[in-house]
Amino acid sequence: MTNQSTTQPINQTTNQLINYTLHLADNSLILGQQNAAWCGHGPILEQDIAITNISLDLIGQSRNFYQYAASLIGNNATEDSLAYLRTEREFKNCLLVEQPNGDWGQTIMRQFFFSVYQYQLYGELLNHKDEQLASIANKALKEVTYHVRWSSEWVIRLGDGTTESHQRMLNAIDALWSYSGELFIAADYERESGIDVAVLQDEWLKKISIVFEEATLPIPQKTFMQTGGKTGVHTEQLGYILTDLQYLQRTYPGAQW
Amino acid sequence: MVTASTTLTQKIWKILEQVADPEIPVLTVIDLGIVRDIQLHADEVEVIITPTYSGCPAMDMIAMNIKLILLENGYSKIKITTVLSPAWTTDWMSEEGKKKLKKYGIAAPNKKFEIPIDGVECPLCNSTNTKLLSEFGSTACKALYQCNECKEPFDYFKCH
Repeated sequence: MTNQSTTQPINQTTNQLINYTLHLADNSLILGQQNAAWCGHGPILEQDIAITNISLDLIGQSRNFYQYAASLIGNNATEDSLAYLRTEREFKNCLLVEQPNGDWGQTIMRQFFFSVYQYQLYGELLNHKDEQLASIANKALKEVTYHVRWSSEWVIRLGDGTTESHQRMLNAIDALWSYSGELFIAADYERESGIDVAVLQDEWLKKISIVFEEATLPIPQKTFMQTGGKTGVHTEQLGYILTDLQYLQRTYPGAQW
Repeated sequence: MVTASTTLTQKIWKILEQVADPEIPVLTVIDLGIVRDIQLHADEVEVIITPTYSGCPAMDMIAMNIKLILLENGYSKIKITTVLSPAWTTDWMSEEGKKKLKKYGIAAPNKKFEIPIDGVECPLCNSTNTKLLSEFGSTACKALYQCNECKEPFDYFKCH
C-alpha cells in the first residue's frame, strides 16, 4: 500500500503552466466522465456508442494533460493522483462541463458548445511555444473535429425536428447558455500562458449561429454569465461528479486492479 | 556500412512484427505505424511508440506486449517511450496492413472518404452502394456502415 501523503499533489501552485495544464485536463476529464454515464443508456445503440467514443477521446486527452502536469509538478504526482485525489476547489474546469446530463438534448447542447470552443482553442494551442501542449492539441484536433460535426448534426436534427424535440432544445439553451460566457473570460493562468480566449468568442458565436439558424433555434439575448469554475469556485454539480469519480481511491487508498 | 547495431535494430523490428493490435488482431503494431523508432543504448532497448487516438485503450496493452516479446527474446532492459508528435496518421498504415484489413472484413482507410460518407467500398462484396450508419464504431478508429447490396454491416477504418 502506498503512502498517500507522498502521492498527494501540491494543492496550490504559482506555476501558471501547471495551472493551465490542469485546467485543460480537468475540462476534458469532467466532460468525459459525464458523457460516460450514457453508456448503456443512449437513445439507440449507434448513438450510445458515439457518445461513449467521445467520452473516451476526452478522457484520453485529459490523461495526456495530467501526465504532462504530473511531470511538471514532480514530487510523486501522477495522472491518477491528479484526477483522483484533488478536491473540488482544486479542479479548474469551466462550469459548462459540470452541468448535468439532463435529457439527450441537453447533453448534445453541452457537447456542441464545448466542442466548438475546444476546436478553436486547440487550433490556437497547436502553435503554442510549449511543445508538449502543442502536440497534445495537435493529436486531439482530429478527434474534436468529429465531435463538432456529430453534435452540430444532432442540434439541427432535434432543433428542426418535432415540436417536442424543438422545445427540449430551447430548454437546453436556457439551462446552459449562462455557462458559455466563462469559456472566453481568461483566468490568470490562461493570460500568462499566452492564450487569449477572448478572441475566440466571435468565431464561436458565428459557428453557433450558423448551426442554430439551420436548427431553427434562437441565439439568446445578452445576459448575465456565470463564472468561477476556472478558479475552483464550482456549481454544486461538481461535488456529486467527484464523489462518484473518486469513490474508489478515497475509500480504498492506493487500490489497483 | 552495416554495423552490428543496425543489424540488431533490424532484428528487433522483425520481432515486433509479431505484436498484434489487441482490438484488430489481424494487424501488427508495425502495420499500424505505431512503432516509430527503435534505439539502442548501452544496455537498454528503447522502443518509441505513438498512440493512434488520444484515448485508445489498447495502448497500455500494446506497450506491455512489446515488452513481453522482447523479454522472451532475451532482452532484459526495455524502455517504452510514448511520443505524441508528430501525431499518428493512417497514412503510416502499410499497404500490406490495408490488404489484411480488407480480408478481415474491415474497409481500409481511403483518402476519398476523409470524412465518412456513403459509398465506402464493401469489403465483403466490393459494392460501393453502401451507407454510413454512424461515424463512430465499435472502437475509436472505426465508423459503422451497411452495404445496400449484400446487406451486411461492416466497419470502415477512418482516415486520421
